[in-house]
Amino acid sequence: MTAAPVAAGLRIRSGVDLVAVSDVDNAITQFGQRYLDRVFTAHEIESCAGLAQRVAEGLAARFAAKEAAIKVLRPRDTPLDWRSIEVRRDADGICTLQLSGTALLLAEQAGIVDISVALSHEGDIATAMVVALCATPPEDLTSTTEREK
Amino acid sequence: MEREIRQILAAHGRLGVDVYSLDADADLYRNGMTSHASVNVMIGLEEAFDVEFPIEMLRRSTFESVASIETALNSLTATLAG
Repeated sequence: MTAAPVAAGLRIRSGVDLVAVSDVDNAITQFGQRYLDRVFTAHEIESCAGLAQRVAEGLAARFAAKEAAIKVLRPRDTPLDWRSIEVRRDADGICTLQLSGTALLLAEQAGIVDISVALSHEGDIATAMVVALCATPPEDLTSTTEREK
Repeated sequence: MEREIRQILAAHGRLGVDVYSLDADADLYRNGMTSHASVNVMIGLEEAFDVEFPIEMLRRSTFESVASIETALNSLTATLAG
């Protein structure tokens, strides 16, 4: 079965990921600022500031968003800085993705014209889903399955 | 170096198998290492070997196996020594 195009010349890519909040909490405890600075942007860290559990929940959801975006961007073995995929949160709490560097280049190569992110967390699980609209056809209609992890 | 790498993988890799019995070329992701665990492994390696993985090494294949990690670390330490 092949997916039907959503509109002439447009296709959808999607990615989803789960992260254990406790894993992020442990990483912050073990590696502190070094961990935060390697993975998250200043805006993301600032967006999640507050109680320790809230910080871990927010950052876990953001890490899930980065991984979900990677599934959409399909870098294969292209080097990718996690900070080049940034979750921007506005004053109303609405989150969007901002790509830069290699992530932006991969999006351009894939013909991505719009990209959306949704974050959620409950208990020890944080999740994110990313959906992108691509203006160019995929290279191979039979190979649209996401990699597993 | 290989033993230290395995120690760090045991501490941070969240592998579903005994890392000390894994083949050096075995795929760590297929053996349970999550993307987030690979970040912890990377930082653990950086602290243990006093190096920093540059962006051009932040690719899946760098952390795919004990052997690939050792190759990357040898490259980084050689650069520092040179």
